[in-house]
Amino acid sequence: MSIKIRVEGVSKIFGPDPQAAMAKVRAGMGKARLLEETGLVLGLKDITLDIPAGEIFVIMGLSGSGKSTLIRHFNRLIEPTAGRIVVDGEDILAYPEPRLRDFRRRKIAMVFQRFALLPHRTVLENVMYGLRLDGVPKAESRARAEEQITLVGLAGFEGRYPEQLSGGMQQRVGLARALATNADILLMDEAFSALDPLIRHDMQLQLKDLQARLHKTIVFITHDLDEALLIGDGIAILKDGELRQCGRGAEILANPTDDYVARFVRDVNRARVLTCGPLAEAGEPPPPGAPELAAEESVEHAFPLFAGGADVLAIRGADGMIAGGLTMRRAMQALAQG
Amino acid sequence: MTQGFPDLWDARGFGRWLDAAFNGIVARWGETLEWLFMPVLRLLLLIERGLQALPWWVVLVALCALAWAASRSWRMVVLVAVLTVAIGLLGVWTDAMATVALMVMATVLSVLAGIPAGIVLSRSDRLRAAALPVLDIMQTMPIFVYLIPFVMLFGPGKIPALLATIVFAIPPVIRLTDLGIRQVDEGVVEASRAFGGSTRQQLFTVQIPLALPSIMAGINQTTMMALSMVVIASMIGAGGLGYQVLQGIQRLEVSRGLFAGLGIVFLAIIFDRLAQAWGRRMQANLHRGG
Repeated sequence: MSIKIRVEGVSKIFGPDPQAAMAKVRAGMGKARLLEETGLVLGLKDITLDIPAGEIFVIMGLSGSGKSTLIRHFNRLIEPTAGRIVVDGEDILAYPEPRLRDFRRRKIAMVFQRFALLPHRTVLENVMYGLRLDGVPKAESRARAEEQITLVGLAGFEGRYPEQLSGGMQQRVGLARALATNADILLMDEAFSALDPLIRHDMQLQLKDLQARLHKTIVFITHDLDEALLIGDGIAILKDGELRQCGRGAEILANPTDDYVARFVRDVNRARVLTCGPLAEAGEPPPPGAPELAAEESVEHAFPLFAGGADVLAIRGADGMIAGGLTMRRAMQALAQG
Repeated sequence: MTQGFPDLWDARGFGRWLDAAFNGIVARWGETLEWLFMPVLRLLLLIERGLQALPWWVVLVALCALAWAASRSWRMVVLVAVLTVAIGLLGVWTDAMATVALMVMATVLSVLAGIPAGIVLSRSDRLRAAALPVLDIMQTMPIFVYLIPFVMLFGPGKIPALLATIVFAIPPVIRLTDLGIRQVDEGVVEASRAFGGSTRQQLFTVQIPLALPSIMAGINQTTMMALSMVVIASMIGAGGLGYQVLQGIQRLEVSRGLFAGLGIVFLAIIFDRLAQAWGRRMQANLHRGG
């Protein structure tokens, strides 16, 4: 698993003379005291994070946690006060302005919470926008844009203006605009938060579907843990500008590192998130003829089988072998934890 | 016996120094400036004579075509046609053409200088804080005060009239360009940056197009202010309708003043409606497209 984006000790302080404040933060001053004494806002504190290539990596936190600030560091819409951002082995903070523009045009694209489409341009022109900024010829831009518009299911709407579309459709335009530049990193800043729940779920599934084909590195910001667990391969949890926990979804659910994360994950539908694999016990061999379930299936799918009369389920691992048995008691215990 | 405010400093002496200094500037730079503005004067005269030489119905058709292009409404075309013919019927056609030439020239130069100035102001809060009081002074200072230095520099004529008109008329287009750009949705500008837009690309693909309705409102106000200057500018030789009003005062002829005054009103209505209709269509384009 190669690392796409490496965040090394990134801190961000908003306000005048951030370097002086940085020294105080290094000496151990917290966010609240810094604000009280200097009026400066500590946006991010010493974030170190590796984002693997080809996965959907979710950064989650409530408002004010610094998640939108962090994602804007990856394409330098915001410059850090301290630390390094390394993308594909290159320190992007060292890029001079023209190199940075090329990086933004070809390597990294962004989808915004409030869509941020150009209201005076059509759907087609919006999707062509990044390519035109890069100087791609009109005919080629058009062809590539049309392809992306079809991909996100908006064929036939090329000539419409953003105002004429629903929120969900506008965000599809935003997604198509980001995909059109063929960047291998996609930044999605609360991309689905402004949408109705039903539309949001559709978009989440569509994103997973697209990702299965495209294998981009997607950094997805959300405040919604269910969304994070549904689409995220890896998840990082931020609070008050600090990284609280980072790991796979099931890992975080099973072992929250602190109280904050524990409270955060309490309301999640654990049955949908926990997979059967880790719960299978080698010491509980399933009887012959026991119903089988794949290790990557969620515990949710085990209960109908228990209800059908099975006492122990046979859990089949990715290697095709039976990894062990899953009892109803074990499944219930896993759900009750946390 | 002195009464009123005590003589804390020698205002009269400072005044004399200022006058002498300005006289020095006039003596040193007057001719150079006059030479520099020669092409502007030639262009202005060309427009004026051109408008006056055209048959009246060509001007009428041109204005109606503009009205149609700006509004796509027959009522607007009829209104413009009626007002244009009325100007002719009042017997002030030739003077009206001179006034239109001065106004168009002043407006075009104001817009050419004012939009870039507004863009610059929108980029710096400090510059804006410094410029706003100056713009306020330019608009509030009695117009006659501008006439003095301009007349001294150029002598009575069309150039000082044009420059005084520009000084008076340029603030709205600067102000509303600045305001329009500042009001553009931050998110859209950020998107342009995120996709690698250079400063220039952000300006031309996002900021100016989205600020256009505001900029158009500025151009409209500038046009109206330029027109309102014509009577005063005629005092220093701008000619046109204002000159007729001035003569009406000097000769105590009510009719002369009234006809020329109505001519100014009709011109104002025509250009105001044209600019507004254009602005409205632009706004509609912005949101819904052609």
